[in-house]
Amino acid sequence: MSTENNYKSGSNLEKVLKSGQFAFTGELGPPRGSDVNEVREKIKFLRGNVDSVNITDNQTAMVRMASWAASLILVQEGLEPNYQMVCRDRNRLAMQADILGGYALGIRNMLCLSGDHQKFGDHPDAKGVFDIDSIQLISMVKQMRDEGKFLSGEDLHGQPKLFIGAASNPFADPFEWRVHRLAKKIAAGADFVQTQCIYNMEKFREFIRLANEEGLTEKIYILAGVTPMKSVGMAKYMKGKVPGMDVPDDIIKRLQGVEKNKVAQEGINIACEQIEEFKEMKGVHGVHLMAIEWEHKVPEIAEQAKVLPRPVFN
Amino acid sequence: MIVAKRKPFAEIKAMLQGYKKVLNVGCGTCVSVCLAGGEKEVSILNTEIDMTRKLDDDPIEIQGHTIERQCDREYLAELDSIIEEGKFDALMSMACGVGIQFLAERYPLIPTFPAVDTTGLAVNQAVGWYEERCRSCSQCVLGITGGICPVTMCAKGLFNGPCGGTNKGSCEISNEQPCAWFMIYERLKGQNRLDSIKQLNNTRGWGDQIPRNLIQPGYKKPEKMSK
Repeated sequence: MSTENNYKSGSNLEKVLKSGQFAFTGELGPPRGSDVNEVREKIKFLRGNVDSVNITDNQTAMVRMASWAASLILVQEGLEPNYQMVCRDRNRLAMQADILGGYALGIRNMLCLSGDHQKFGDHPDAKGVFDIDSIQLISMVKQMRDEGKFLSGEDLHGQPKLFIGAASNPFADPFEWRVHRLAKKIAAGADFVQTQCIYNMEKFREFIRLANEEGLTEKIYILAGVTPMKSVGMAKYMKGKVPGMDVPDDIIKRLQGVEKNKVAQEGINIACEQIEEFKEMKGVHGVHLMAIEWEHKVPEIAEQAKVLPRPVFN
Repeated sequence: MIVAKRKPFAEIKAMLQGYKKVLNVGCGTCVSVCLAGGEKEVSILNTEIDMTRKLDDDPIEIQGHTIERQCDREYLAELDSIIEEGKFDALMSMACGVGIQFLAERYPLIPTFPAVDTTGLAVNQAVGWYEERCRSCSQCVLGITGGICPVTMCAKGLFNGPCGGTNKGSCEISNEQPCAWFMIYERLKGQNRLDSIKQLNNTRGWGDQIPRNLIQPGYKKPEKMSK
């Protein structure tokens, strides 16, 4: 049997992970406007440096160019998008329609998320849809892909062969629940998971240990989330203001310990040390680099983290 | 019970602009218990309206009457003679949204205005503090969620929580808001029933998307009311 036949979607990301190589994915936030060039500008720094690029869906509940549209710009430019979809803004009809349309035009990876609450964004009085939740979304995409059926059970023609992703936050409470939730996402049909930004390595090691123990890391590819700290202020903000984020004081102290103009480099150093550890960590299959509004730093981070060159498949 | 809160005074005043003779109808049941629209609140609001209109040199004749329940025809009927004799050019209701509509329906020729905003089905946590507990969604999942409603108490209405936004037991929307799924987890753990939420919960049939008519088994619509 040829390997080709075993692919669920045949996306580049899937090929990298199935080949056993350490995956390295990036992220791009679509613009707050319709300017294609803003997307193209960010793409420059990602091309060749990552296996797939997450395209955020109205991140932090701020209106942006549609994630499917920005994903298609990447397809046009020859990069592989990982189309993010949140449950906040669409009901099941719109979701399924967008999945079919996105797949028809070249999207091959999809990340299924609940979405930040609309209260945080620029339209706090919006009606949150949450018709289905992220785990139900995963199983809906799987059903469309593997059974060729809509959520309603009716047949669809032309199955969307998507590589299905989920998010995981190993740091949210209750900690013991996090591995169960990962297991639920696997049961629902997730092929890969990208984690929340990791700063508390001790807690993450424990999470992976439990996931290994439960045999979960054999069933799903885990990409560890990394976001380099740009400044002490950012570290303090992440610690105090971002729900579900766990930033140990040691990280802040380390950033404070260097000269002001070297803080950003220290943030990158920390990120690269983490990546080195993830490469060796049993049960971790790659890194998801979320260089938030810092895309131009991706080439040097990839270089310093020694993840280049990226694998190329025909 | 159904809870409500009084609308901002400016909004009430604006609705009554141009009306000279108004009956404000209170409700003696839920909104009375939750201190929003009972006899006492009718009296306070009427005094405020009366004073402000006098100050504006635009006097209004406003009367109050509180009935036992505005969602029940039997009690509404006692208003018939009062309204007929009073020749009011507008009615105002301090009942919940249900009562306001039933009042408006009974007197279709007289404009009826709401003096409260209905805010939900809630428990009385302490005097003056009411916490929403039910969205009357028509698909109760309390049996698997340890008696804590994720539709109402989770800001995202998740059926497979908690999400990654749970923050030391609080919801991502506010430290003041407990995370429903954190509570569900803790309660089920205490009952040794965590298996209940380890399964995928595929509840997703929203039963509240069309106006609901409930006719209990053994009953039917009276013939004169059927279309």
